[in-house]
Amino acid sequence: MASFPLVSATGMLGSGFRAESLDKAISLGARMIGCDAGSTDPGPGPLATGTCMFSAAAVKRDTEIMMTRAVKAGIPLIIGSAGTSGSDQGLAWMVGIVDEIAREQDLHFKLAVIHSELPQEVVRHHLRDGRARPLPPSAPLTDADIDAATHIVGMMGVEPIQEALRAGAQIVVAGRSSDTSIFSAMPLLEGYKPAVVWHMAKILECGAAAVTVRTAPDSMMAVLHEDNFEVFPLRDDYRCTPQSVASHTLYENADPFELKEPSGTLRTNNARYEAVSDRAVRVSGSEFVHDPEYTIKLEGVRRVGYSTILMGGVRDPYILSEIDSWLAQLDENVKTRIRNTVGNQPYEIVTRVYGRDGVMGALEPLRGKVGGHEAFILWDVISDSQELSRSIATSLSHMAVHNPIPRWNGLISGVAFPYSPPEIDRGAVYEFHLNHVLVPDNPTSLFHTEYAEI
Amino acid sequence: MATLGDLAKLVRSKNAGPFWLTIDIMFDDADAYRRARDAEIVNRAAIARLYNRSPNEIIVVNHDMAQAIKVSFPRPQSSGSKLDSDAYGGQQYAPLLSLEVPG
Repeated sequence: MASFPLVSATGMLGSGFRAESLDKAISLGARMIGCDAGSTDPGPGPLATGTCMFSAAAVKRDTEIMMTRAVKAGIPLIIGSAGTSGSDQGLAWMVGIVDEIAREQDLHFKLAVIHSELPQEVVRHHLRDGRARPLPPSAPLTDADIDAATHIVGMMGVEPIQEALRAGAQIVVAGRSSDTSIFSAMPLLEGYKPAVVWHMAKILECGAAAVTVRTAPDSMMAVLHEDNFEVFPLRDDYRCTPQSVASHTLYENADPFELKEPSGTLRTNNARYEAVSDRAVRVSGSEFVHDPEYTIKLEGVRRVGYSTILMGGVRDPYILSEIDSWLAQLDENVKTRIRNTVGNQPYEIVTRVYGRDGVMGALEPLRGKVGGHEAFILWDVISDSQELSRSIATSLSHMAVHNPIPRWNGLISGVAFPYSPPEIDRGAVYEFHLNHVLVPDNPTSLFHTEYAEI
Repeated sequence: MATLGDLAKLVRSKNAGPFWLTIDIMFDDADAYRRARDAEIVNRAAIARLYNRSPNEIIVVNHDMAQAIKVSFPRPQSSGSKLDSDAYGGQQYAPLLSLEVPG
């Protein structure tokens, strides 16, 4: 009976894995190596600035092991969401690393580079044609959202990757891709059932995350069959159990039973998980329901302003006991002072009080009082220019230190600043603002691929 | 009375994309899982009260195979935006730990 073995090198390119694990996967007949290189977890920074969340050295180490094994074994290597965000800048950075390794190791292969960054006019055109939809909890897309976006990427499904494989590419470096598409593209092309393939891909995309106890990131292997797949780790001291594999559908999803892909939804309600050894698990019984409409999810960021931060600590129990009114008084005084110095230019000061509700903010049930004997305050001044934010922050730091408290008569120094000067410029700051899907002309129409013989 | 923090093998929170937060309450022991699940202490109204959210935007799912209870709701602000303090959403589960589990 036909089977398709494949390996996920690690859950996040640059986080590491053992070379022996990948060697073992090859010896077990792996027909492709896949690796997810992206995430929105670090926030809007990587998409806004085009930088990877890991260093070039870390990504090169992992990529070199994958490339040398894939080329030697004559199997495809598929890297998705290159450079963390999959933007053109992140993609170019990743391709630079691949080129460098190929030169150093004298490797030769056909390379496909799939772009996922979308020009504003492409998104605008879909919006105008009524082919943009909001995802909960967001409002419908507007022209203003598109105009404000500094970068937009579309999250590709399997089709652009399949097109590259059909064109004979051995190494595919893709921009933003759904994590699962990296592992689904090739087996779907070979005719394996979507329900089995997508569920397998959901488990593999995080590497060894679905083992019982993961002490360090590592590889994970799966073998697809007609109606089920087996999944197992490659380190001798790692184990998968039915519970550890079932639990992985919980990870990073709002609903563990409904996993949305561009072409449909994987439903795992009736999935069965059986131990086939003390470290391998067989999975079957999921369903894949094709959606009437093929959709591409957008990710986009806009610039909020320029930030200067101040960090300080408070130990005085009288200030701590009335921190809310003490901060409100500071806020009032700062407003007046800033109006007198810079006029009515817009700005915002975000104040986080660690020891009160600094970590959870609006979600904190115990907000409203400082629980311990000290508190840490992080002030974030945001305005339309770095100069203005810094100027406001310098007034703020001086006024914060001397902000009076009724218990003491005379000039106080109420904030301990660990750094001198206390103001730290943080540059431009961004936010994710697109949570929408587009209905494309076809599954590959928003993406374009370049090929090179290396 | 035992709390969720006492009974669970792992309670964790994380982003489910930049606009959603999700919390997993996972159990090693089948009895502990059933006890927490059947007590229905993790329900939309309780989560709404604890996190100051609206009950109709909260999803609570029991996953028997994984022996886990899962809670998801939209973030008050997107990950890493100016009012957010937890880009990964990793430290938002603590208020659940002290929920008491009868039985």
